[in-house]
Amino acid sequence: MNLPGYELYRNAFGRLVLVDKDHQCEEVIPVRAFPITAPDHGVALVDAHGHELAWVERLDALPEAYRALIEEELTSRELMPEIQCIEKVSSFATPSRWWVKTDRGETAFVLKGEEDIRRLSLEALLITDSHGIHFLIRDRSLLDRHSRKLLDQFL
Amino acid sequence: MQQLARCLHSHAMSRFPFQLGAQIEAQLASGEKVLAWLETDLDARLHFSSGLIVVTNHRFLVKMAEDNSWHVWFHRQGLRLTSRDHAGVGALELCDEQERLGCWHYTVRLNSEANHLIACFEQQLVARSNEVDTIPDAQAHCRNCGMILSSSQDTCPSCEREAHAPPSTWTLLRLWRFAEPYKWRLLAGFMLMLGSTAATLVPPYLTMPLMDNVLIPYQNGQPIDNELVTLYLSGLLGAALLAWVLGWSRTYILAKISERIGADLRTTTYAHLLKLSQAYFGGKRTGDLMARIGTETDRINLFLSLHLLDFATDVIMMTMTAIILISINPWLALVTLLPLPIIAWLIHLVRDRLRTGFEKVDRVWAEVNNVLADTLPGIRVVKAFAQEAREVARFRAANQRNLEINDRVNKIWSLFTPTVTLLTEIGLLVVWIFGIWQVSQDQITVGVLTAFLAYIGRFYLRLDSMSRIVSVTQKAAAGTKRIFDILDHESSVPEPVKPVSLATINGQIELRNVSFRYGTRSVAQDISLRIEPGEMIGLVGHSGSGKSTLINLICRFYDVSEGAILIDGVDIRTLPIAEYRKHIGLVLQEPFLFFGTIAENIAYGKPNATRAEIVTAARAAYAHEFILRLPYGYDSLVGERGQALSGGERQRISIARALLIDPRILILDEATSSVDSKTEREIQAALDNLVKGRTTLAIAHRLSTLREANRLVVLDRGKIIEIGAHAELMARQGFYYHLYQSQLQYSDTQDDAVGLKRCPDTKENRL
Repeated sequence: MNLPGYELYRNAFGRLVLVDKDHQCEEVIPVRAFPITAPDHGVALVDAHGHELAWVERLDALPEAYRALIEEELTSRELMPEIQCIEKVSSFATPSRWWVKTDRGETAFVLKGEEDIRRLSLEALLITDSHGIHFLIRDRSLLDRHSRKLLDQFL
Repeated sequence: MQQLARCLHSHAMSRFPFQLGAQIEAQLASGEKVLAWLETDLDARLHFSSGLIVVTNHRFLVKMAEDNSWHVWFHRQGLRLTSRDHAGVGALELCDEQERLGCWHYTVRLNSEANHLIACFEQQLVARSNEVDTIPDAQAHCRNCGMILSSSQDTCPSCEREAHAPPSTWTLLRLWRFAEPYKWRLLAGFMLMLGSTAATLVPPYLTMPLMDNVLIPYQNGQPIDNELVTLYLSGLLGAALLAWVLGWSRTYILAKISERIGADLRTTTYAHLLKLSQAYFGGKRTGDLMARIGTETDRINLFLSLHLLDFATDVIMMTMTAIILISINPWLALVTLLPLPIIAWLIHLVRDRLRTGFEKVDRVWAEVNNVLADTLPGIRVVKAFAQEAREVARFRAANQRNLEINDRVNKIWSLFTPTVTLLTEIGLLVVWIFGIWQVSQDQITVGVLTAFLAYIGRFYLRLDSMSRIVSVTQKAAAGTKRIFDILDHESSVPEPVKPVSLATINGQIELRNVSFRYGTRSVAQDISLRIEPGEMIGLVGHSGSGKSTLINLICRFYDVSEGAILIDGVDIRTLPIAEYRKHIGLVLQEPFLFFGTIAENIAYGKPNATRAEIVTAARAAYAHEFILRLPYGYDSLVGERGQALSGGERQRISIARALLIDPRILILDEATSSVDSKTEREIQAALDNLVKGRTTLAIAHRLSTLREANRLVVLDRGKIIEIGAHAELMARQGFYYHLYQSQLQYSDTQDDAVGLKRCPDTKENRL
């Protein structure tokens, strides 16, 4: 395991701080480069202005403490609930309210139009709700029959 | 609870979590009042879960779902409450001088509530430092956008946009709105339909006496009564001729009406579409919209002129036949009509499956169109990267899905028609059996049985074709739904309910705490700016800093999320949109020329302009001379299929276009960035003419172009960071100074390399 050429810690204000040999940067933000297709490969540490400070090829290659810090920060920033079950929809015509079970608990959202369901691949779908929050269906063939039937009405 | 109730009123909203009301009340000390709250919907790991954050006039209270007790902080100096958001997640942080005291998350849908909470909190801290205990006045602003509300309104009309009424299955009936103007002609057509259908029912009726009075007696040895035969046969001919004339005029009149209804539908939809806001077009693909207006209206039209007409005829015919059959022999009629409910049930069964199936077919069809609409405009890129095969594969994939879905629909559909035919045959069999039995019992004559068979031969034939109405009706209903999707879509930039008319304006623009978010992305935050009449403002900043957003907001292509924009002190949301935009002249980076003559293009914003006016505008825009060099002068055709003009020439035409409408407010959005420096100098002279005496907002990459500006507004990530004249900002050595310096350094090598370091998005999709 190679130690990175910088130091990373969380300050009292809950911000990540990165110190390397040239300078110290507060408010470091980890950003995944491929949040959907390869979430664990390629994480950039950027400053508040969006300039890249460091690039992490693989999270698991980092020292444990750094990895935990970065993952903690990512967890508090990333919201892309994965839909596990569609319980009901208010109508098959849009706009339609959906009640869903996700890996982050139950919620409801409004689908503005069918075009807000984007096909990522043959089986993966990305649904954008009326507020722009993304819901992911990683593999629609793995949904239960009822959910698939409801979803099918919109595809 | 009383205190709470009062607060509810003072905030003009009704979403307070009442189940938590008692809990909060138990927490409140005497004299303590709830001022604002936020019901959060995420926990620390961003799982959906509820929590409550409350600001009172003394304290800041928080309780999340997993907490057993309230976390409490008394208002004191040094506390800071801030929010930040990223990709749909908002975070509220409470800090003091030393550390972060807490951090709570919510989804972006609660953003305005969170901002309100922060505002209330800050107000309390200020009040504390002044040592007064203030409670804010009853709020008369909209919580979402800050628009001032009248006492009867809870939220302002522009924020009340999330109505989720599902369209009913009777969508087709909504077409009546378009049929109403033709109702008298429709009635005439209907009467003709009744007449022609009745005429077609005469011949089978005549087979009865033909059989009983002519053929059967002849078989029993009596001679044929020629007179009687002539009478019956001329009756047959007469009925056929009458049916022909009536049927022809009926079809002609009704088809003519339906054609007009279709045309009205198309025009209305297009007119409505053009009124929708920029945001709508951003979210839709051109191919889909074109398919809706073209194909769908055509389908509806076909349905009205052909299928619905046939269906109505069938229904009338069946009713009349049923009456005739019952009047001849009720028992046989009963047996004949027995299969009808079964078929009706079958139709109903398949209907739902077919409808969703056809909706799917439509969507997948639009997808095929979209592939075309994506690829063909980008054909140069496709060819340059030699990706033809890939694009064909993409098209094939879309087509494949089209096939799959069609196959599935056809599976149901193919079973449907033969089943109806089978039922028809079985029905006929039943009539034969019952009829022969009745004849053998001498209850009916052979003639009656023949007439019945003749009638139901047609009758069932019609049932078969009627079953086809199911699919076409579903298709038409699906098409109607897609059309009404457009018609029902209200512009997110609504016309004011009580418009204020400003005939002339001075051109003073004021932005008051303007914020704007696009989806989850906050692209402008709390921008306040006052532009005096005639002043020229240059907007400076990196790509994505919010310059174009600001312009889109001032043009009211979008409405602000929070805050307000005022022209001469009047909120632009209270002005009629078209009238307001007449005061604005817009010159874009990529001037768009419509197909037509140059004169028409210059006069686009003022179609009734005289030739003299057009020439004057062209002269002022330094376009006159090059126009005269074209073979047909001002009558030369330009646009997609017309004369090729250079970027600079097109730009000068668009400047002439803006000059002609003589607007008080002028907006130059990168007007000179798509041309080289030499052309820029030519355009600059034209621009100087344009800017004279008008309130001008200009965006330019090349900072040198903005030297004429009275003030420069420097934007960074949606916020104003510096304002001042060029010299002033240079002296300050801030953001602008560095931008200018870096541009000077690079200007020798590359014109546009500056300010483009972060440029992930293209001009089209950015705001």
